[in-house]
Amino acid sequence: MTDLLPLIVAKYNYWLYVILMMIGLYAMIAKNNLIKKLVGMNIFQTAIILFYVSIGYKRDATIPIIQNAHGGHDAHNAVIHAADYINPLPHVLMLTAIVVSVATFGVAMALAVRIYQRYQTLEEDELRMRLVDIGPEK
Amino acid sequence: MDHYPALIVIAPLLAALLAGLAVWIKERLSYSIALMGLGISTFSAFKVLMQVINFGTIQYKMAGWAPPMGIEYRIDLLNAMVLLLISSIAFLNLLASCKSVTQETSDRAGSFYTIYLLFVTGLLGVSATGDLFNLYVLIEITSLTSYAMVALGDRNRGPLASLNYVFIGVIGASFYLLGVGYLYLKTGSLNMVDVANILSGIQGSSTVLVAFILIMIGIWIKMALFPMHIWLPNAYSYSPVAFARVVAPLMTKVMVYVMIRLMITVFGFDYIFETLNLSDAVVWLGTIAILAGAVMALSQTNLKKMLTYIIVCEIGYMVGGAWLGNELGMTGAILHIFNDALMTFALFLAVGNMVYKLKTVELTDLKGLFGKMPWTMAGFVLAAFSIIGVPPTCGFFSKWYLILGAFEAGAYHFAAALIISSLICAVLFFKVFEICFFESMAHGHGDSHPPVEIREAPISMLIVSGFVSLSLIIVGLYSGTIVNTIILPFLK
Repeated sequence: MTDLLPLIVAKYNYWLYVILMMIGLYAMIAKNNLIKKLVGMNIFQTAIILFYVSIGYKRDATIPIIQNAHGGHDAHNAVIHAADYINPLPHVLMLTAIVVSVATFGVAMALAVRIYQRYQTLEEDELRMRLVDIGPEK
Repeated sequence: MDHYPALIVIAPLLAALLAGLAVWIKERLSYSIALMGLGISTFSAFKVLMQVINFGTIQYKMAGWAPPMGIEYRIDLLNAMVLLLISSIAFLNLLASCKSVTQETSDRAGSFYTIYLLFVTGLLGVSATGDLFNLYVLIEITSLTSYAMVALGDRNRGPLASLNYVFIGVIGASFYLLGVGYLYLKTGSLNMVDVANILSGIQGSSTVLVAFILIMIGIWIKMALFPMHIWLPNAYSYSPVAFARVVAPLMTKVMVYVMIRLMITVFGFDYIFETLNLSDAVVWLGTIAILAGAVMALSQTNLKKMLTYIIVCEIGYMVGGAWLGNELGMTGAILHIFNDALMTFALFLAVGNMVYKLKTVELTDLKGLFGKMPWTMAGFVLAAFSIIGVPPTCGFFSKWYLILGAFEAGAYHFAAALIISSLICAVLFFKVFEICFFESMAHGHGDSHPPVEIREAPISMLIVSGFVSLSLIIVGLYSGTIVNTIILPFLK
């Protein structure tokens, strides 16, 4: 038990993303309303984006932009230490992942609008009842 | 010309853009553009396959950036074959689907072709790429387009089936992405070969273990391995039939390909079968998937739904075979990717013809179909025999390798499941044949009902259906050649 607290504090970013992910997953499984499920889906995806962003971080490091790179006097002499800059690659990857998640969210919202137009409800149990009313197949 | 690997993927992508624009000029134009794009893609895939067979693996550096910095298309024998399979199935299906697209989605034919092309682009990209993150993006392109496509289908149930598919698909893709994150954390690279080189030094790491499990679960969700299959039957049976014909044979098979690629190229057999020793557990999963899929197929009353459960069953074959941990099992699994894609395609082509004429394919609607649609049914019978595994057809040979592999690995339960599921498939299909053949039309009172008039599907659909069904026998006869020139050299 005494080991657990330092472990949580030292790796708090991992704990945070796991908790967020589980909140999202819970909403996707347990909620009855389709829009709430969609919000859960978004939280789930955002948790992973946060995970990626946090693994690029280094203590006491700055953004990866080299100052005076163009035309500065000591630009050529300056030694670049990789340790002084955070790793930009996970962040760049997440730009793509954000685009993917926005696109997914958009498609899902459009589907929800379609469902609402057809059945006038977004509650899953009511939808299930309507589907029984329609009969087995189209 | 050494840009064929890029051309395979880019041709349908550009065609998708043009097909979307062409709708404003003339609706028919988008069909011709789609046909042209996939034609170029198929031709390039064929060229690449020949090149790979003759000269070995192709490494294509996107925009000249060398890996591990740049994205690499790495095409070896397995890839090349899968690429040719995808592009030719997509091309043939397009040839067959002109009429049924007009029938089913008449007001949105242009958007149908655009989404169709993007879907194929995604699948081709997934099979060509050698980069883990690129793979994620392309999987999501494939999934997003299939969400849209499912919603284009049945107006009552399509959107809801599609939304459930979105939820589960997102969970699968996110698990995969998370696994890639852990791999990146440990190796600092995303290129498959580069990651594999770094991983071989740190096999005991628990981070790699977590990455492996997350990636595998993600891929299994995407390929609908048994307990994670619930999205598949609804999504596939409510989508437009022209799309069901291409998504049913390709999507799950490409995911199996991704699994095999990651097992062989990234993690390596030594890691999976010796360090982790996971073979037994996953072969059991495959066994359960086979039996559950077969039993659930047995309880369906709709032909389309029945076939989608057979897909679930076939996934069990391939996953189990790949995880047997010996060369025979892996050969069987890879051969089954090709064979199963072809047989499912042939089955769905026949079902597409039926849907075109009958609108619904409840088993009770099929009465007397041998009389009404003899050519369609001939194709259907061939494909069904192949699924059951009757010898001259290709389905038999891959099952043979799988059973041999199961005996070599001592996984007798897997071999038993293979045989039992073949029997169940035989029962299933003979039930369908009985309805189609022996039961005459419902209104036939008395002995002298008029001779049945033949009402066949359009000739374009029949030719493609017949061609693919015959190819099942041809591929079956040449399966020894495929194994010797492609699969065994790849596994060496």
